[in-house]
Amino acid sequence: MSEQNTARRGPGMGGHGMGGPGGRGAGMGSGEKAKNSTKTWGQLIRYCKRYLPAIIVALVLAVIGTLLQIIGPDYLKDMTNQISQGLPALVNGQSVMGAIDMQAVISTATLLLFLYAGSALFSLAENYIMATATAKISQNMRGDISKKINRLPLKYFDTTSYGDVLSRVTNDVDTIGQTLNQSVDTLLKAIVMFLGSIVMMFYTNWILALTGIASTIIGFVFMMLIMSKSQKYFQAQQQGLGDINGHIEEVYSGHNVVKAYNGGKSAKSVFERINGNLYESGWKSQFLSGLMMPIMSFIGNFGYVAVCVVGAVLAMNGTISFGVIVAFMMYIRLFTQPLSQLAQSMQTLQRTSAASERVFEFLEETELSDESEKVKRLDNIRGDVTFKNVRFGYDKEKTIIHNFSADVKAGQKIAIVGPTGAGKTTIVNLLMRFYELDSGEILLDGTPISEVTRENLHEQFCMVLQDTWIFEGTIKENIIFSKPGVTDEQVINACKAVWLHHFIRTLPEGYDTVLNDKASLSTGQKQLVTIARAMIQDAPLLILDEATSSVDTRTERIVQEAMDRLTQDRTSFVIAHRLSTIRNADLILVLRDGDIIESGNHEDLLGNNGFYAELYNSQFEQAS
Amino acid sequence: MLKIFKYLNPKEWAQAGVSLLFIISQVWLDLKLPDYMSEITTLVQTQGSTMSDIWAAGGWMLLCAIGSVICSFIVGFFAAKIGASFSQRLRSMMFNKVESFSMDEINRFSTSSLITRSTNDVTQVQMLVTMSLQLVVKAPIMAVWAIFKISGKGFEWTLATGVAVLVLIALVALVMIFVMPKFRKMQTLTDNLTRVTRENLLGLRVVRAYNAEAYQEKKFESANNELTDTNLFTNRAMAIMMPFMNMIMSGLSLAIYWIGAYLIDAALAPERLMLFSNMVVFSQYAMQVIMAFMMLVMIFIMFPRASVSAKRINEVLDTEPTILDGHLTNGKPGQAGEVVFNHVSFKYPDAAEYVLEDISFAAKKGETVAFIGSTGSGKSTLINLLPRFFDATEGEILLDGVNVKDYTLDALYNKIGYVPQKAVLFKGTISSNVAYGDNGGEEYTADEVKKALSIAQGADFVEKMDGTYEALVAQGGTNVSGGQKQRIAIARALCRKPEVYIFDDSFSALDYKTDRVLRSELKKETSGVTSLIVAQRIGTIMDADQIIVLDEGKIVGKGTHKELLSSCDVYREIAASQLSEEELAS
Repeated sequence: MSEQNTARRGPGMGGHGMGGPGGRGAGMGSGEKAKNSTKTWGQLIRYCKRYLPAIIVALVLAVIGTLLQIIGPDYLKDMTNQISQGLPALVNGQSVMGAIDMQAVISTATLLLFLYAGSALFSLAENYIMATATAKISQNMRGDISKKINRLPLKYFDTTSYGDVLSRVTNDVDTIGQTLNQSVDTLLKAIVMFLGSIVMMFYTNWILALTGIASTIIGFVFMMLIMSKSQKYFQAQQQGLGDINGHIEEVYSGHNVVKAYNGGKSAKSVFERINGNLYESGWKSQFLSGLMMPIMSFIGNFGYVAVCVVGAVLAMNGTISFGVIVAFMMYIRLFTQPLSQLAQSMQTLQRTSAASERVFEFLEETELSDESEKVKRLDNIRGDVTFKNVRFGYDKEKTIIHNFSADVKAGQKIAIVGPTGAGKTTIVNLLMRFYELDSGEILLDGTPISEVTRENLHEQFCMVLQDTWIFEGTIKENIIFSKPGVTDEQVINACKAVWLHHFIRTLPEGYDTVLNDKASLSTGQKQLVTIARAMIQDAPLLILDEATSSVDTRTERIVQEAMDRLTQDRTSFVIAHRLSTIRNADLILVLRDGDIIESGNHEDLLGNNGFYAELYNSQFEQAS
Repeated sequence: MLKIFKYLNPKEWAQAGVSLLFIISQVWLDLKLPDYMSEITTLVQTQGSTMSDIWAAGGWMLLCAIGSVICSFIVGFFAAKIGASFSQRLRSMMFNKVESFSMDEINRFSTSSLITRSTNDVTQVQMLVTMSLQLVVKAPIMAVWAIFKISGKGFEWTLATGVAVLVLIALVALVMIFVMPKFRKMQTLTDNLTRVTRENLLGLRVVRAYNAEAYQEKKFESANNELTDTNLFTNRAMAIMMPFMNMIMSGLSLAIYWIGAYLIDAALAPERLMLFSNMVVFSQYAMQVIMAFMMLVMIFIMFPRASVSAKRINEVLDTEPTILDGHLTNGKPGQAGEVVFNHVSFKYPDAAEYVLEDISFAAKKGETVAFIGSTGSGKSTLINLLPRFFDATEGEILLDGVNVKDYTLDALYNKIGYVPQKAVLFKGTISSNVAYGDNGGEEYTADEVKKALSIAQGADFVEKMDGTYEALVAQGGTNVSGGQKQRIAIARALCRKPEVYIFDDSFSALDYKTDRVLRSELKKETSGVTSLIVAQRIGTIMDADQIIVLDEGKIVGKGTHKELLSSCDVYREIAASQLSEEELAS
């Protein structure tokens, strides 16, 4: 069992055969409802189009299987009657010994056997098709979400947390897969079973039919009452679980602060309060939902008693044969079973639509503009960059870069400086077209970057960011990344260039060492890997965040040298943290609150005695 | 698994005992029902029975049914109560246990694992406890009793039931053997899929910059296919299982009637009626037996999961915290604010190498001692020894002249204002975060909070927030920026008015300018308080009274900035990487 992802998963493999009392406790927020379920169902049906024929076949099979199940009792009735022929009976006041027509019994029994087997086969085929279809649908959904992630503008992720997207890929799709598999056919089968058994009951004997239906409906109304009452406690329990998880997470992750500030007592009292509430809502919701099963079986028993008694009366009058009672005992079971299934699958369908709504919401987000019609390409560029009257704001109402213009010659170094949170990555975002300009232009070798495809634009850059992004895979895979046709030799050369080769050789698996949670690469080494990755990319322009604050001094030196090597012969945009970079940059962009407030070279800016000078000097002043 | 039940209290055991009585009554009533059924059958088939006899039998049947439902209500009530109070206690025990852990134990389990253990795992156990009482206890009683009741009524029928049960068990066994491992594998595959997605999300910019969208999608696709394959297998296996179970049920009642036909045909006239009613009743009992076994199957499916959960809970509860309370509350008079490390060494339990070796230094009241060194040099570990997040392996640490191990933890913490590397904020308000905890004195006033924030350079941004000092802080402080969080965390320490401040690299999230102003203010406002500072930037610490340079867990330099520049190579190397020649010279 892994640590993550269990939060919303409920009772795991559930569903098949364990919708029982405790079954719905943890996973299901009873408050989960789609905002617009008609629209969502439409979307879902359209999404499943490819599998619709298969699903329809499955549903037809389900109906046939259920019908076979419904006519079963009718033959059992015949069989019972055939057997009861053998019982002593009074004919004209005389006890007559009857005889069982074994031939008839055997043929009925054989017929029944085929009926049951047929019913089992049909529902087996139906289940199999549904299981396959839903697994495939979930697969498609996950795939589509994953593709969607890379087609959405980065802007989308400003307002949506990664956790949210992740939970759509896993939890929501899982919910859809699980519930779709159980609910649609269950609902249909339940309806067929319900109507079918009513028809069969009336066909067999209307008095007993009315008796059976009346007695179960009384119980069912009672059950609905309890259900609606338990909703409230379910919501309270869900809320309580959420609260307690939040509190625990906070206290555990702030453990040392809680300890050092003697905050344990207050944390504990908050915890105990939530825990107490959870106890109250917990046992009430468990208890009320636990009543479902007994009530269902009581309804069954009650109907059974009613049918037995009324049936006995009718049988004594000679109105019906004994076989009818036996058949009704089966019908009562067939009739009550779908009642609870109907209620349950309606709830399940609500969950399906709530989850689908979240998935479709994501899938329908506006994607990055289509660029297939763009024919202009950048090839073998020198690396001149021109900013022309650039205006930009993350928020349309709030422009942060007003009318910025600058000319950068190929091979020059541009340093971007500013206090933390000043928006130094904005420049990167604009250069790479992660965000589009509000007005103005950025030109590469005279070509506006908006006129070429993003893909073509990205080919011109190599990029090293501060948060060293390493994925689970071998060192070699991490360095080559998506670039096709890279030889081992190139990888080794890149690693030699960043002084990583020796270290990698000391690893037992060398370049094939898998980097994961357990693999011990230091932050600095990870940074070197990303620099090597950029080297392999070998593009004419470079974006570099040279923050090395969490690296030890020796590694830091190596990293810096590697970075310096990388900037050679490239037009480079460096988010600067080092004095040497700042000082010998050809152009320094000073940012504050997102805006470029000063630009020029080091001497000019110091001479201006503005914000840059203040920022620069503050590094060395002692606290006074 | 069973071990966890030792945490049930007597009241819960008593409730469970009472439940058992009701379970037995329920089973008795459930099995009594078919008896009346048989009576009615006989009545119907016998000449001269009166209606009143049938009504009477029907009445008894109804009573049985009502009695059964009442019993199950009571069992359900107790089960829910026991489950909820047991899980409440487990959660509480876990919470207290974790609170008593030192960082060593926390790290050993990892925070996220402890969170899952305290929440999801407890819920799993709660579900099992509730289900157990209703099913685990009931199913075997039901099965055994029902078998006992029917065994006398006809060997052939019993045999048929036995065969059905065996087939059922074989089916379950097959599922357990072939499908369960796949279920377990599914979790790993889901994790795998999540990991690939998370990687893509975290590296959005890199992925796009390197035009690696297709590369990522291919990776996702293979994870997705693997998951789908397993998913298909388990879904299909389950799809096959249910119709089979239904088939067994229907098949069994058919078999009983079929066999019945032969038995009755072969019997003599007087026995026939009895056989007939036995047949009708037997089919009912047989159903109960099968149902009981199906219930057991459900438990079998749930049990492995809950058992893993229980094991994980036990692991936490069985861990003894290594940091134990002392008994002193006051230091030696006249030595307030003094921190002394006396030949202190530290290594993690079971580790071969020392993280810190032979560390000695002394900080007088009001002095600032700074620690610098590369990552892994042990500087954070060193200052974590003072608040006893870890205990020194060798040597002693004195605060106010008393070994830190001799203080009660409350008293020790009251002397310390600790600011961690990563600022921690709690859900609440800005004020509640600054006035967090308890320093053994009066509650903090609003003025104290304001003052602390203003020294920490936080007043400006807080006053711009909606609701100023009462502005809401989201869980984990996600609605304030990193630098702001850090300033709130520093204000929290200031509010405490301790004897010793510990700043564990607390200034690195601040820009140079704020860093400098903050330190000047601190110096002014907190004179007379000892400070221990871990830093990355030379600029942050060059005015400290004493700088201690660490390398691989050993002190390699001790002195002021000027002294170290001339005497300590490691220090010079660090300085050279951050300052220019002129600045080094100045």
